[in-house]
Amino acid sequence: MSGRRSRSRQSMSPSITDEQINDLMAKLQAVLPEARLGINHRVSAARVLQETCSYLRSLHREVDDLSERLSELLAMADISGAEAAIIRSLLM
Amino acid sequence: MKSSTRNPNPNPDTPRFGPSKLMVAFRFLRALTLVHRTAPNSSNAARSRRIQRAAFASMAYSAGPRRAWSRALLWRLHFHRARRLCAGRSRAAGVPRRPSTTRSPADELRRLVPGGTGMDYCSLLEETADYIRCLSEQVKLMQSVVDSGGPRGR
Repeated sequence: MSGRRSRSRQSMSPSITDEQINDLMAKLQAVLPEARLGINHRVSAARVLQETCSYLRSLHREVDDLSERLSELLAMADISGAEAAIIRSLLM
Repeated sequence: MKSSTRNPNPNPDTPRFGPSKLMVAFRFLRALTLVHRTAPNSSNAARSRRIQRAAFASMAYSAGPRRAWSRALLWRLHFHRARRLCAGRSRAAGVPRRPSTTRSPADELRRLVPGGTGMDYCSLLEETADYIRCLSEQVKLMQSVVDSGGPRGR
């Protein structure tokens, strides 16, 4: 995961440095699952953006699918019984 | 109460299930029970839409106003709620309005990230990383609810 923002905030200069872009790209690459881009550092910015879009779309789809499944579960069972189990599993 | 035999988190920067993730979980579960209680006889599609909105809402509320994407989501949720109370239908959060024809990857990203259209390039990249982090956590949370939500004690 990306570290703390320990570096001092740059002043809001109108021109964006390449270094800043590369830094942000690296942070973005870090949150993408490894299978998508490999641990290869030399990935073009365009490729990172493409994979990011594709990953975001798949995450949105997963939220939709899981919402449907949860909706079916709610219809069948009372969720309050499972709440304690979920919280317990999250705490462990 | 609890025995402290489990290992302390090696990385203090990213606690495994820190207070913010528990907050998201509590909010989401509370929203789920509300959906269950207030509309037990609604259609699957309507309930699923409410759950999806609850997912984005709990993400956005837990991130708070410190992030542009969460602000955009919160605004969108309140805006759509107001419209729903006054009028009939409204678009679900996250649905693109027009099919993309020739759009650069950055523009495509702007449409996928809440609030993206108003951001400069650097902010877009930063917000996207944070949004993806929170969104993937939300997916994990929902998955664990599904996993543990099966009928118990048969």
